[in-house]
Amino acid sequence: MNDNLNKNSMRVNNRRNFLKKSVLGVVGSVWSSELVYALPAGYVPLGLHPVDNDKEALKGKSPEMVVLNDRPWNVEAPAHLLDDAVTPAEKMFIRNNGIVPETIDSKNWTLTIKGESVKATKTYTLEELKKRFKVHTYQLTLECGGNGRAGYFPSTSGNQWTQGGISCAEWTGVQLKDILADAGIKDDAVYIGYYGKDIHPSREPGKVVISRGVPIKKALEDETLIAWAMNGKDIPVVHGFPLRLVIGGWPASVSGKWLHTIAVRNKVHDGPKMTGKSYKVPIEPVEPGVDPPEDQFRIIESMPVKSLITYPQTGAMLELGKTLKLRGHAWAGDLEVKKLEVSIDFGATWQKAQLQAPKNRLAWQHWTADVQFPRKGYYEVWARATDSQGVSQPMVMPQWNPEGYINNSCHRIAVKIV
Amino acid sequence: MKYLLILSAFVLLGSVAFTTRIPAEATTGRVWADSVKKDPETGLAVDSNLPLIKAHCTACHSSKLITQNKFTRTGWVDKIRWMQKYHKLWDLGPSEVAVLDYLEKYYGPSKQTFDGRRKPLEKPSWYKLR
Repeated sequence: MNDNLNKNSMRVNNRRNFLKKSVLGVVGSVWSSELVYALPAGYVPLGLHPVDNDKEALKGKSPEMVVLNDRPWNVEAPAHLLDDAVTPAEKMFIRNNGIVPETIDSKNWTLTIKGESVKATKTYTLEELKKRFKVHTYQLTLECGGNGRAGYFPSTSGNQWTQGGISCAEWTGVQLKDILADAGIKDDAVYIGYYGKDIHPSREPGKVVISRGVPIKKALEDETLIAWAMNGKDIPVVHGFPLRLVIGGWPASVSGKWLHTIAVRNKVHDGPKMTGKSYKVPIEPVEPGVDPPEDQFRIIESMPVKSLITYPQTGAMLELGKTLKLRGHAWAGDLEVKKLEVSIDFGATWQKAQLQAPKNRLAWQHWTADVQFPRKGYYEVWARATDSQGVSQPMVMPQWNPEGYINNSCHRIAVKIV
Repeated sequence: MKYLLILSAFVLLGSVAFTTRIPAEATTGRVWADSVKKDPETGLAVDSNLPLIKAHCTACHSSKLITQNKFTRTGWVDKIRWMQKYHKLWDLGPSEVAVLDYLEKYYGPSKQTFDGRRKPLEKPSWYKLR
């Protein structure tokens, strides 16, 4: 598998190296139209690959999905598209950091458990995982840490997610804790970190794109899965086929795709995007626009309480006297949502919605509310969730942070009564 | 001289080798003066420095990474340094000034000030709810 992948990576080559090499080789004929024939032997232009998994990323996706970035793929769902109780693949956001693996050999796929705090390195085939451990299914909320970034002012760097970097699908696999118990971990285990087979944007073979993780306590929770199925089918390629670490309630970047290795660490994992300011916020709150040094940041753990209005789509015009039947979802990271309220007067008054219990821990919760409007005119419907510790979503923007993470301000839609 | 040749070839090769990428039409919803012409291939502002941007920036990443953002000149310098540190971006040499001129001109901070605690809701497309 590794050999195959490497061969393919080599074939496509590092684009920059390729360019530099070719240029140096044909420096005299740079402007010649024959330049196209100066491609190195074995180089296959991207479009000529039999299957280009990265190019196929949007295959099967709803045409209403919004592409924020196509290299790497960052694609979000408009709020109304997230109306399903369980998010189907075609409406699930994509946040890739690198290029989708070019060859995926699911038959020979393995998972290796290694690291300072594992008793002995152990490798399991995908088939072994399926046969040897008890299989579990959970609905798990995965939200991009940068979801809502577009709302921050001053604007912050990165993909400008609005509300759609969120999903709650049904994941099937085995509990990581069962695998770690089988492999044997030492008492000094602090953190786990994943490794996947995505390709670095620089195309340098073997360069790790992203390798994040969670403290061992979170890793050993029942709901932390090594999953091979999503909504009862193979995980779609762009979402991590054939194996993915799935950890609900935390920034979705801890749910590593195309998973091949879990490292059990005796310190906080230090893979790419665990360090610097990635997925971190200042320890002490800062004035908007202030960007403190790296050592004054902390890693984001549980995501904050949040909710969406998924019906109706913003812009609904309704006749006076008719009842508007609102619905949506609410979630609260590691916690549960205990209250959902809606307001049609910018928070002056709030009306309690019907809120369902989650299907399981770390699944989002569905809510409905019937709303009537006093007179014709323009309204905004706002939704506000409160978690089990009494913490609510802010109506204004939450604490500004330099990387634009964890914006959980209330979602709202425009409604006109005619 | 060698530097310039390499650069020119980047531009040329860029158009040959990367034609498989999807066209990045202006989808970012930025308020732009109508007079700014956009390159149909990348959605980037047309300018005499655009070839430099194609050579140094979009040869490796999506133009959307530029069009989505608004940074000060210093902010863009930080991005370049970060890519040089983590993503093998080369030394831009004498082109860096021109690249920064371009980025600052078209993708600088919004001139329109906003000091509220929440941006207004975007105007929706109104539709009749059945």
